[in-house]
Amino acid sequence: MILGTTIILAVREIRRHLLRSFLTILGIVIGVSAVVTMVTLGNGATAAVKQQISGLGANILQIRPGQGFGRGGGGPQPPDFKPADVDAIRTQIAGVKAVAPQASSSGIAVRNAANWSTTINGTTADYFTAQDWKLSAGRIFTPAEEQAGRAVCILGSTVVTNLFRQEEAVGQRFRIKDVSCQVIGTLATRGQGGFGNDQDDVVIMPIKAVQRRFTGNRDIRNIMVSVDEAYDTGTVQAATQKLLRERRNISGGKDDDFNIFDTKQIADTLQGTTQILTALLGAVAAVSLLVGGIGIMNIMLVSVTERTREIGIRLAIGAVASEVLLQFLVEAVALACLGGVIGLLLALIASVSLAPVLRVPFIFDLQINLLAFFFSALIGVVFGYFPARRAASLNPIDALRHE
Amino acid sequence: MSAPDPIIALRGVTKTFGQGATAFQAVKGVDLDIMAGDFVAVMGPSGSGKSTTMNILGCLDVPTGGEFRFKGHHVERLDRDQRALLRRRYLGFVFQGFNLLARTTALENVELPLLYRGEDKKTRADMGMAALDKVGLADWWDHTPAELSGGQQQRVAIARAIVTQPDVLLADEPTGNLDSERSVEIMDLLTDLNRTAGITVLMVTHEQDMADFAHTIIHFKDGLVDRTHATGRGQAA
Repeated sequence: MILGTTIILAVREIRRHLLRSFLTILGIVIGVSAVVTMVTLGNGATAAVKQQISGLGANILQIRPGQGFGRGGGGPQPPDFKPADVDAIRTQIAGVKAVAPQASSSGIAVRNAANWSTTINGTTADYFTAQDWKLSAGRIFTPAEEQAGRAVCILGSTVVTNLFRQEEAVGQRFRIKDVSCQVIGTLATRGQGGFGNDQDDVVIMPIKAVQRRFTGNRDIRNIMVSVDEAYDTGTVQAATQKLLRERRNISGGKDDDFNIFDTKQIADTLQGTTQILTALLGAVAAVSLLVGGIGIMNIMLVSVTERTREIGIRLAIGAVASEVLLQFLVEAVALACLGGVIGLLLALIASVSLAPVLRVPFIFDLQINLLAFFFSALIGVVFGYFPARRAASLNPIDALRHE
Repeated sequence: MSAPDPIIALRGVTKTFGQGATAFQAVKGVDLDIMAGDFVAVMGPSGSGKSTTMNILGCLDVPTGGEFRFKGHHVERLDRDQRALLRRRYLGFVFQGFNLLARTTALENVELPLLYRGEDKKTRADMGMAALDKVGLADWWDHTPAELSGGQQQRVAIARAIVTQPDVLLADEPTGNLDSERSVEIMDLLTDLNRTAGITVLMVTHEQDMADFAHTIIHFKDGLVDRTHATGRGQAA
């Protein structure tokens, strides 16, 4: 008997027992949809992390005093950096494309009736290069403005929205912490940062203006180094570390009192974490797929017993053992494939509707869809074979007599 | 017409079930010739070996000893699948319990043997409808067994048995589950198939009335053929 005929028989049999067929494949449906949903959302999360990290800028080293992300708990606080450190990095380290010192403060920006509490970031024109941050209007600081520490500023889009509404901001003035400030530019919208912060909620001024008018000293909280693509960030990082240790008089055995981190490193670490989580969730879901396969085997075994008489009739009529085997095997595989397809559809619906809730992009991964489908078909073959062989080995006389 | 070879020839056929001390010989050496076109009724009390012999004749079972030639094939030398192919090509089966597939239309039931022959859809439908027409149930082709009476179910079963135009029809108490009126209808149908289609019919029955429709009656007793006699109906054909 040709395979086509067997498929007709299998489809007939599945249609004849719709409820039983559905219950049989439920395990596969849940397994496939769980695996595919997990992996799809996991891939989305990985992509989201990647995108957010790339928002920090590519090939960027962030240098901060202290260890870790904060400024350290007890003990004397490590000193901030000095303008001379910035110049040293710029002139003595090879492969540095731009160095942007940063001093920050916060305050309430006021214009007419509108006021908005925001972050004030003092830096240099290099900052925009390092961050690869484009302006939506206006211009960046001139060297003269930087040198003089003029009260000019470039606004993030969140600040623009809150202070100026629909009005053109460039050229206008507003007050921040009693300092009257002129808007010379506005920044393109960046959205949420890698740590859930609003990157657009910022007022950027020349660093000297911030130091003189807000922080009251010449300390630099943070140095951002943009590394030339032709150079290895690791090498630049090591050279910078050595230089800073010398400049801060840290002797041989002592730990650094500053830290340099590579955004790419964070990106890799975070991506690695989400990938491991994805694999883990996928593996857990795969177990349910296996359980689904055992479910198919159970029902097929029951079905063989239940249909002993039918098998006897088929054998008496002239079916050879391999045809009966093929029929039951095809039936199991058809069921498993049907379960796989329904599972994939469910996974698609679940991923599309869950992705916005979890704030991850929906990325259709053809590979995992195909893999899950073929795996479910394989489960049909593996778990369908045993019952099918049992059916094929029945003695027609006994099978016909079976009640 | 030259004297034809018998379509079925048994020589010293024995069948033993079990081994050693628990062995039981159900058939103890049967010699039998059945000519093509015959209508044979097989009778005998239970345990007489008639069912075992019928299973052997239906190529469902193999003899332990002796020789069984079917259309010249030495069936005792064939394996399971070869016997299945023989059944597929030359034999039709009708059972006491009808043995139709549940939740399957009459036509699909009748088409089943054609599926195993690898006939295409159109041929299956044509041959299936022709067979249903022959048993007078063409109008009932899309009914499932549950929607048919016992007599109708048995007629569907007969249609399934003859759809492949077999040489031999084996019927195991085909009227056992039917009232006398339906039984006569079934016997008339078998008689007609035997006469018009030239199908050799082998039928097991307990009822003398039914056996009387046959041309030849074979009585089994204690694993042996006790006696064979002609009813006289055969000459009429």
